[in-house]
Amino acid sequence: MKSLILAGALAALLAPLSANAADKILNASYDISRELFEAVNKEFVAAHPGVTVDQSHGGSSKQARAILEGLEADVVTFNQITDVNVLVKGGFVSDDWKSDFPHNASPYYSLPAFLVREGNPKGIKDWSDLVRDDVKVIFPNPKTSGNARYTYLAATAYAKEAFKGDDAKVDEFIGKLFKNVPVFDTGGRAATTTFVEREIGDVLITFEAETRGIAKEFGEDKFDIVVPSVSLLAEFPVAIVDKVVDKRGSRDLAKSYLDFLYSPEGQTVLAENGNRVNDPKVAETFKADFPEVRLVTVEDVFGGWDKITSEHFASGGKLDKVLNTR
Amino acid sequence: MARRVLPGLPLSLGITLVYVCLIVALPLGALVFKAASLGPEAYWEIVSSDRALASYRVTVLCAFAATVFNLVFGFALAWVLVRYRFPGRRLIDALVDLPFALPTAVAGIALTTLFAQNGWFGAALAGVGIKVAYTPLGIIVAMAFTSLPFIVRTVQPVLEELDPALEEAAQSLGGSDGSIFVRVILPLLAPAILAGVSLSFARSLGEFGAIIFIAGNQPFETEITALLTFIRLEEYDYQAAAAIASVLLITAFVMLAVTNLLQARALRYTVKA
Repeated sequence: MKSLILAGALAALLAPLSANAADKILNASYDISRELFEAVNKEFVAAHPGVTVDQSHGGSSKQARAILEGLEADVVTFNQITDVNVLVKGGFVSDDWKSDFPHNASPYYSLPAFLVREGNPKGIKDWSDLVRDDVKVIFPNPKTSGNARYTYLAATAYAKEAFKGDDAKVDEFIGKLFKNVPVFDTGGRAATTTFVEREIGDVLITFEAETRGIAKEFGEDKFDIVVPSVSLLAEFPVAIVDKVVDKRGSRDLAKSYLDFLYSPEGQTVLAENGNRVNDPKVAETFKADFPEVRLVTVEDVFGGWDKITSEHFASGGKLDKVLNTR
Repeated sequence: MARRVLPGLPLSLGITLVYVCLIVALPLGALVFKAASLGPEAYWEIVSSDRALASYRVTVLCAFAATVFNLVFGFALAWVLVRYRFPGRRLIDALVDLPFALPTAVAGIALTTLFAQNGWFGAALAGVGIKVAYTPLGIIVAMAFTSLPFIVRTVQPVLEELDPALEEAAQSLGGSDGSIFVRVILPLLAPAILAGVSLSFARSLGEFGAIIFIAGNQPFETEITALLTFIRLEEYDYQAAAAIASVLLITAFVMLAVTNLLQARALRYTVKA
């Protein structure tokens, strides 16, 4: 909190000093997208000489709070629609942000997937394997990580199908899954560290993009990626922060930055970093990297994010019940 | 006190008061205000939920253990640094302050790396069946690390000022080493030790950055109160976050007030003696 307020104060102090504010924008993004946007920004700056794109990373909800409290981010690239909606409520982002850019303002998508140790010694193939007594599962606390919220929802979606909507059995399944988690980190990257560096757990659940990034970073021969039979479509919403760009006069640059994400060059960088993209040509090029998977949507299974928030993630909701009975 | 050495007391007092109000009282006041906006019933329900109670238990017990640990080793460290001259003394003296300078998250990650099952210490300890990382022991280690300097730095100067004549006098009167320590040295150091202990404990109660990496963060087992506050913030539930934080705040405040009181009594006793 303190550091956020301080960062906000500093940003406010420094803003008038920068020679030409509109040459520079800040992208506030989620925890595990550091490498992705480093790569994207490099390409973007190469195509637009003289501009600077600064990055800020942290839990997506934390970033939203920081903006509400004064962090001057021109654009947000989040992993959760709800966190953009918080900015809408705060008057920072326009109501119809979803129609400002194609595909629900989500230039790429991913899904919760599994990363297992080399050779998959525990034979983990699908969600049902995660509740076995001999399997330890790593994912961060869904309360503090958007990434893990998708994991929780994907597992719930699987269980709803498998048990044909028998709520008691779904709850039991989720309860068992959470009992198999030995360490709850607060963010996606910390969970990765626990699994990779501390060698704890048999399977890490995180976005497919992150599983591909880990395999690339730490050696393809150390880990295997397992894509389950069914998973949840994870959209990565982008939006212009109107209040900030209007103040700083950076709307044009902010817009061209987000447009770039939809361009063939942008989509290629996104795909290279393990994200699935909608551009048909780019998708075709990277087809071999992304196994086919049946994706269900938040709207179809849960009836939308508002309902999810009140039913599952609010204080005293379903998730709290699961955590409280561990 | 007839003539003040430094002029400008009203000015400096004014600056101090404004500073304390702006930097300390205002944020804390805002916190209390936020929590108070809940109404007594809702407040009580939040701060007395099972999960919150478990987090207080974990936090307070671990802070207590860390403080006891620091009391023993911090005192020993201060004693050695003051009473002995050995090569590397200045280096150790400087190292004591390192936990203050190091970002706590860095400390947490470093400690986790060392104490995880595949870390240097963790692997050795696993051999004898002790797990530190991702257990309450890990929380204690992190708390002890970040609050060590308090006890050393409060005891050290008082120990330096301690008149050797007192010990010599006790010796010449036939006191044994043990009784000199307990009956002469310890009472003189008591106020400083008390101050160090209370600061160390208060710091441990509030520590967050170092702990979340090593704790495992399992509700009811290794979830500290500061993390629960953070979780409520992530739900955009500012009021509940403020309510839980206020419990920590009140605990720390009451404890510091009590130690101040005890200290005042101890000082009076020392002066009379």
